Amino acid sequence: MAYYNRSSTGDNLARGLGWFSVGLGVAELMAGRTIARWMGMEDKTNLIRAYGVREITAGVGLLALGDPKPWIWSRIAGDAVDMATLAAGMENNPRAGNAGIAFGAVMAATALDIVCVQKLHQEEAYYRSLPVPDYSDRSGFPRPVSAMRGAASDAPIGEDMRTPKILRFQPAQSQTAQNQIAQNQTATS
Amino acid sequence: MRALVWHGANDIRCDTVPDPKIEHPRDAIVKVTTCAICGSDLHLHDNFMPGMEKGDIVGHEFMGEVMEVGAEAKSALKIGERVVVPFTIWCGDCDQCKRGNYSVCERSNRNKALADKVFGHTTAGLFGYTHLTGGYAGGQAEYVRVPMADRTHIKIPGGLTDEQVLFLGDIFPTGWQAAAQCDIQPTDTVAIWGCGPVGQMTIRSAILLGAKQVIAIDRVPERLAMAKAGGAITINFEEESVVERLNELTGGKGPEKCIDAVGMEAHATATIDSMMDRAKQALMLESDRAHVLREMIYVCRPAGTLSIPGVYGGLIDKMPFGMAMNKGLTWRMGQTHVNRWTDDLLNRIQEGQIDPSFVITHTVPLDQGPEMYKTFRDKRDGCIKVVLKP
Repeated sequence: MAYYNRSSTGDNLARGLGWFSVGLGVAELMAGRTIARWMGMEDKTNLIRAYGVREITAGVGLLALGDPKPWIWSRIAGDAVDMATLAAGMENNPRAGNAGIAFGAVMAATALDIVCVQKLHQEEAYYRSLPVPDYSDRSGFPRPVSAMRGAASDAPIGEDMRTPKILRFQPAQSQTAQNQIAQNQTATS
Repeated sequence: MRALVWHGANDIRCDTVPDPKIEHPRDAIVKVTTCAICGSDLHLHDNFMPGMEKGDIVGHEFMGEVMEVGAEAKSALKIGERVVVPFTIWCGDCDQCKRGNYSVCERSNRNKALADKVFGHTTAGLFGYTHLTGGYAGGQAEYVRVPMADRTHIKIPGGLTDEQVLFLGDIFPTGWQAAAQCDIQPTDTVAIWGCGPVGQMTIRSAILLGAKQVIAIDRVPERLAMAKAGGAITINFEEESVVERLNELTGGKGPEKCIDAVGMEAHATATIDSMMDRAKQALMLESDRAHVLREMIYVCRPAGTLSIPGVYGGLIDKMPFGMAMNKGLTWRMGQTHVNRWTDDLLNRIQEGQIDPSFVITHTVPLDQGPEMYKTFRDKRDGCIKVVLKP
């Protein structure tokens, strides 16, 4: 079981990165061509849009899907892909300066992601170090379970809560059901 | 007085608010001695239930001492009497109440027109649970106004602690009704999804009602340990396949009775369908995560029964209804008709057949309630059931 605390420092940072992911993803998706031109990498427009979809997915995961650690790791992997793309795109690029600025921004985001995931793993380690409470003696019954099974089988339960007898699985009821079916068949023939 | 007040998503605070007053001759004012955080309160905390407004007092599992009684409730209640208050407010006079269907009382929802529009027809008024069900102030407070108090109460005799009887107001009869409406037979296997407080009560109820085999499904080790203590065979869905294990335990036939004690917030990352549900929830394309319902439909023995005490709020997606139809499953669901069961259950507590206080893991003052909501939600510190002392 993954442990996380949705109010912790690590989780708050993860949520912040989640919103950042959604914002960046929408920008990449909607303004992919403009961003690509600015970086001198117009041939990568569709790739940048695809990265936008990836960012939105990570953002939704961080904001909505409980344990943020897998999503932060996915962001770190995404950062590596972004940096590889930008590094490759800087060769013979008249706007290499802009691509370099983007590279620096991705590095900064990566640093934040790493800080965040480290914090989250530290928090998980702390929760795992806490003793697990032992509830194995909390039956709620005064006697062993075997002695309590069926102790309330005489409970007053209204007919509206009952299953029609023909749908019961008890062997005895099945016999009743068979008798009923036989009677019906006799009546129709 | 102090009360836990809803301010928005993940924002419940302990505020000072005006004391409640008698507003109708059938009202009573109860001084709350003990209250609890219910799993369904988390749906409000997490803002998955529509119809909350800033300033609403939350809480629907509470008990206390009668402080004031309106003129028309005096024949039924006396000042100083000790009562548990059921979470469903009921009039006792409408057609549904006369049938014992208290959770669909036709008169207790003061926002009936709104409920009629949203649900088609109104259901009962509930304490501290959205304006769709009346917008009544809840019981996580020092005092609470109880409407239709001449009916809406369970008198508690001396000799029983608050902790023993508090859960008569909700989770005990809810677990009991979930099991009762399965019409458990001595040959039945009952599978229960969720080992939270309602799941724990359902397990004990199924045992008391005589199920041959009770199987509990969850992923939290301490909750599974408590389920096992209550007589269940446990399945940790993070460690083994629920479908394979259920088939193994039922000779390949599937459980005859399946109970969903999870509801709309099924664990979001365990399965692909849950992740899709969560993403859709975030994008407001769906309101409930229905993984448990889908799994129950799949594993249940044909002609079996699905019982749903877990709370659902609105719309669910990708429901394999063809599977349910072809298997001829019976569906039983609804909010609990609390007072239908409480005389019998109170007797069982008095006789010592069961002590529902086994489920309490945390007891704190009311002002620590907001923090405990988070602890309960995140299942930290072995938290299963939180009791608050105003």
